[in-house]
Amino acid sequence: MAERSYTSREELDQYGFHPGVTVMAPLVCILLQAMLPKTFPWLIHIDLPLIATIFFAVSRRSPIAGTVTGTLIGLFQDGLTNHPFGVDGIAKGVVGYVAASVGFAVDVDNIVNRIGLVFTLSMAQSGLLYVIAHWLLGDVSYRFLPVVELISAAANCVVAVPLFAVLDRFRLRD
Amino acid sequence: MEERAAKAGWALAVATPSGKERPLGTPNVTMDSFFYRFRNPLVLIAIVLMQVIALAMQVQRPGKDADVPASARAMEDAGSAPDGKHVSLLRRWMVTAMTPVETAVHGSSVKVRGAWGNYVGLVHTRQQDAQLKQEVARLREEEASFAEDAAQGRRLQTLLGFKESYVTSTVAAQVIGTSGSERSHVLYIDKGSEDGIKPEMAVITPDGVVGKIRDVFPHTSQLLLISDSSSGAGVILATTRIRGIVKGTATGQVEINNLTADSRIKVGEPVVTSGGDLVFPRGLPVGTIESIAPDLLHQPYTEIRIKTAANLSRLEEVLVITGTSATLPPMAAQDAAAAEATQEANQRAADLIAEKLPSLHPEGEAAPGTTAAGAVGADGKPVSDDPESQVGGAVGYINSGLPRPKPAVHPDKFTPGTVPPAAELTPGAPATAPQTQQKPQEE
Repeated sequence: MAERSYTSREELDQYGFHPGVTVMAPLVCILLQAMLPKTFPWLIHIDLPLIATIFFAVSRRSPIAGTVTGTLIGLFQDGLTNHPFGVDGIAKGVVGYVAASVGFAVDVDNIVNRIGLVFTLSMAQSGLLYVIAHWLLGDVSYRFLPVVELISAAANCVVAVPLFAVLDRFRLRD
Repeated sequence: MEERAAKAGWALAVATPSGKERPLGTPNVTMDSFFYRFRNPLVLIAIVLMQVIALAMQVQRPGKDADVPASARAMEDAGSAPDGKHVSLLRRWMVTAMTPVETAVHGSSVKVRGAWGNYVGLVHTRQQDAQLKQEVARLREEEASFAEDAAQGRRLQTLLGFKESYVTSTVAAQVIGTSGSERSHVLYIDKGSEDGIKPEMAVITPDGVVGKIRDVFPHTSQLLLISDSSSGAGVILATTRIRGIVKGTATGQVEINNLTADSRIKVGEPVVTSGGDLVFPRGLPVGTIESIAPDLLHQPYTEIRIKTAANLSRLEEVLVITGTSATLPPMAAQDAAAAEATQEANQRAADLIAEKLPSLHPEGEAAPGTTAAGAVGADGKPVSDDPESQVGGAVGYINSGLPRPKPAVHPDKFTPGTVPPAAELTPGAPATAPQTQQKPQEE
């Protein structure tokens, strides 16, 4: 019975999106992420594609969809950097998986939960990137700077709240 | 769900926790149920594993290229080298998808800012024009004074067989976007292979070095900043002439970390390119030393942090160096010749004035244009021996070219010559009364 109840909860809270929104929203986030720091360099600390990954993962509540969405967004981000493909792909794929899994357990429409989720996953992504750069790629110059990461995570939370509210308008119940 | 379970024949096994209750417990069904039950983590593991393998294939170091010296390779990491064929293709698709939008947005913003800037700029145009004319006049004078040094430098370089590379052609480009990652210090410019841009070309601003071209696409290029952790450049400390390698860090700083502690290296010392990396021409300003501290991770080396001459966080326009030459470009050679001519003319004028103006000379030496028998003035008449008519300052003082002052009627302690030289004074000794008048003309 427990499993039936669990499935019902999943089905109750599952949302879908118009294909146009599914494609365009992450692309716009990546585009803004690439353009805004040119004029406002401090905006480089905000990770809009990460916020999009978390939003689509928790809305769909499907770990596989979350993983695939996160991986594709991450790979696209990698394409604009000088890093090898896969650095952001792995990190955001894992973040998408975790976000979708957590989406089962908590009410992600609650603003406090959203802030906590974004903050935690921002820090988790920073840790993953450190592991990938330091251990997989052997970049010993890469350092985990806790204060910088905390500020970035907080900034992501500030941006995520209104962005989630905007993206909520495009949700469709499956 | 139960319908689906019945149809597939395995879902009931998933729903029941005990293995004894599985009616369809054949090995094949068990395997299917395993994959279905753990499909989410399995998909994640598969995707991550594929990317790890892809990463491993991409970070393989490029083969030893005979054209690239080992010293130049040592300055760079894999991230600064162009991608392999397949990776480059994938990156090209993504960049091609993004850059048209970036170019359009950038073009619109430039037009808006340009219109506003033109309107506001007209207010002070006349004033700026006058200032610029003064600036040009001052620079011409400076150029003339530097011409002699430059000519001497070139002669010495020729004698030593030194190969200098001069920048002969550049392409101006505008920055249209960034990588969007705080760990990747990469910019995109609006010029590509169709504009003559090639990988490994140096990129500068009038202030100093910016970076080099990493990947080139038809209409855009990827510019790797010197602050990126994968970039490197050979440099010389301008004052001490110590050679080093400047590298970026993951946090976007620029450092030299291959030098040991040296007391001659001081904060504020300028850093210029050495030309040893075969990317940046020699002598381009990189920045100044901002701080010097022991490198705790790599003892006994020091961490010399550089403040870059170019503001890397606010780049709008850059110059890509598309050509260098061992000889001065025609325009620069013409300028140098003109400057040398100006310098020679100035020198001749100075000599003429020096010949015409009387001056003091050491005792026993005859001034130019004079005979040993007696000094001759500019007008050809003999100069009087009267000390008051002589020019050139007091005896023992640098020749100022001014008439000698008349002796003071009432000398005091401020009168020249009344105080003995510092070498003859004793520290702590009481001040002596003003000495009697010492005529500077005493010879």
